[in-house]
Amino acid sequence: MIPEIGLAALWLAAALAVLQLLGGVLGARREGMELAAVARPAAVLQALLCTVAFLCLLYVFAVTDLSVKLVADNSHSMKPWIFKVSGAWGNHEGSMLLWITVMAMAGGLIAFVERRLPERTMLATLSAQAFVGLGFYAFLLLSSNPFQRLSPAPPEGNGLNPLLQDIGLAFHPPTLYVGYVGLSVAFSFAVGALLTRSVTPDFARVMRPWVLAAWIFLTLGITAGSYWAYYELGWGGWWFWDPVENASLMPWLAATALLHSVSVLAARDALRTWTIMLGVVAFSMSMIGTFLVRSGILTSVHAFAVDPERGSFILALLVLYIGGALVIFALRAATIAEGERFAVTSREGALVVNNIALSAILGIVLVGTLYPLLTEAFDIRVSVGPPYFNPVSAIFLVPMLLVLMVGPLLRWREDGFARIRWQVIALFAVTLGVLLGVWLVADIHLLPLIGLALAVGVGIASLLPLAGRSLRRTPLATWGMVVAHFGVAVALFGMASDSAFQQERLVAASVGDAVEVGPWQGRLDTVYPVAGPNWTAIQANLHLAYEGGAERRAAPQSRNFWAPVMETSEVALLTRWNGQLYVAVGNQAQDGRWQLRLWWKPFVTFIWYGGVLIALGGALSLVGRVTTDLRRRRRPEDDVDEAYPA
Amino acid sequence: MSNSPLKAKHQRLVLILLAFAALIGATLLAIYGLRNQASYFYVPADIAADPPAPGQAIRLGGMVEEGSLTTAADGVTVTFVVQDGEGRVPVTFTGILPDLFVEGSGVVAEGSMDASGTFVATNLLAKHDENYMPRELEDMSREQAREKVAETTE
Repeated sequence: MIPEIGLAALWLAAALAVLQLLGGVLGARREGMELAAVARPAAVLQALLCTVAFLCLLYVFAVTDLSVKLVADNSHSMKPWIFKVSGAWGNHEGSMLLWITVMAMAGGLIAFVERRLPERTMLATLSAQAFVGLGFYAFLLLSSNPFQRLSPAPPEGNGLNPLLQDIGLAFHPPTLYVGYVGLSVAFSFAVGALLTRSVTPDFARVMRPWVLAAWIFLTLGITAGSYWAYYELGWGGWWFWDPVENASLMPWLAATALLHSVSVLAARDALRTWTIMLGVVAFSMSMIGTFLVRSGILTSVHAFAVDPERGSFILALLVLYIGGALVIFALRAATIAEGERFAVTSREGALVVNNIALSAILGIVLVGTLYPLLTEAFDIRVSVGPPYFNPVSAIFLVPMLLVLMVGPLLRWREDGFARIRWQVIALFAVTLGVLLGVWLVADIHLLPLIGLALAVGVGIASLLPLAGRSLRRTPLATWGMVVAHFGVAVALFGMASDSAFQQERLVAASVGDAVEVGPWQGRLDTVYPVAGPNWTAIQANLHLAYEGGAERRAAPQSRNFWAPVMETSEVALLTRWNGQLYVAVGNQAQDGRWQLRLWWKPFVTFIWYGGVLIALGGALSLVGRVTTDLRRRRRPEDDVDEAYPA
Repeated sequence: MSNSPLKAKHQRLVLILLAFAALIGATLLAIYGLRNQASYFYVPADIAADPPAPGQAIRLGGMVEEGSLTTAADGVTVTFVVQDGEGRVPVTFTGILPDLFVEGSGVVAEGSMDASGTFVATNLLAKHDENYMPRELEDMSREQAREKVAETTE
């Protein structure tokens, strides 16, 4: 019964999307205003129905209802309950239902709370949202029904890929999806504004919190995904330039650019068409990412089902939506009047550099990700990895970070370097000093060297906008910018430090042997088998001390799951403030020794602290913007300082 | 729009040109980078026919020859032979072997050839489970199966 309720709710929601589309289109064309009044309630109701459908799916997974095909294929009654529930989105159909649910909730939320835009623009936005939604409803209901029954019900389920049986899975996909799909709102706003030709600073202020919210979740999702890959895959790396990772990075790059350009539009009424374009591009990247990940074109832990029909379906949706939006853009962009002018040395000028650099990096990542797929059509197999991505994207990242040091110090519209001469000189002197200093004492590669110097430079520069201000009276949005930029410096420091100074040790050790890596010394004490609810493992027990301090225990495992049959490596992590010791255990050699792999990774944790800081900065900005906005609506004459962008 | 519209147009043009220049620059850089840094996929037969330059990053795919796997005295360096029925390439690898790495199974090794014709692997990708394997191996095992059939019916 429960699965049928879920399915019925989904069909109803799809029907409401049709209604919302019709109402929105008629309203935007100033016809049939009776039907136009339906658009908002339809959006809200749709959100509720999708939530019901999603709860139904959670329920059938929680009770392991094996008469539902999806549960039988992907779950197992012996799994811990948390993985039963999170398994609901650890498969193709469930994850697409999550996608639809998030999208409907975002649409319902804007319909419910957003009253600042001209009603026509709002209706055009809602119809765009419904139009995009319909394609995904069709995809879900026609080719990936999550509630399909299985008769007779099998006695036991197939189980979930053990790599996905991890607490990270409970949070990583939903977080990322809220970000991915949240960008659909930016897309719909952009299309709505284009259709009704109302690209104004007010429009930018309405769009900004939604972009910010989606971007915060995207940031957290990528950070969590990176950490998951780091400790779950057991390879000691935190970013592999894997196509699936790139698929999440590309919308983030576009959203970051959008976030900065929408601030220019809000504060200065410039970069109008560019902002609209980025709104379209950001969600297009989300859809391209979904296509890459879900179509089965790529083989990875994320590609749940290899089914060419589904791939073509998503590809068709992609062409329809991205193509459609670009056509509207081409037709309407010329009719949008040019915004306010600004000098090269101004806040806007710096933000233009930021936008161009981010777009260029986006292009580089996109080309590198698609290139192997392209050559494969000609039967040439290549793989593109860090040797391409790192240096080529650095060519644009480095100038962007240099401008990031100066940009927030500049005034809007027009400024001269003379005013901030000493700050700029000091910043660049410090950066150059660090560069030379590190180069003299440590023999490290060029990129990590530049990274370390820039991390210090950006870290100091990010705090300068607070200088000379009363910290208590500084707007929250400014704090947000400072924290996020400081987060960039922290993450960069972690990345550079890990690549420059990590030490690796690979040994074959017998029980009782001493092991050491970097400043850590210790020994392998015991190796014995252990068992969990659905796995058995070999566990190595080591005791290690940092520079002769207190000994700490590390117990990495090599796990064997039996449903489905698979081996995974559970690494042991010893975290200190200045880095992490990473220990993995491998096979037993013929002579009885155990393979151990140890890394000492100085400051590697800063990568994820930085990611969290960036998201926190976004959250501060969001709260600041929303409260200012509410205050402005209560007292319109009290126009608040727009000096600092998100 | 207090400034003259002509100049405003001008600025828009400059911005568009700038963006285009950056994107074209990025594309050119990307193409240049890809030509030099993409690592091509080889099977042992390709290496016999047209050996890649020593040190150039490539990926080598094939089957691990039965009886060829040996472990060095340090316990962490292994050598084995990758073959595809037409060619054989000796491989050394220092590290923890993937869980499902066994003789007779498929493997994709990342690394480069050294001057003596040995492939020095920096990373091994083996079949993780039946649902997750390096893409190149899907075809490899099919080709291999075809070859096996051809061998036995001859």
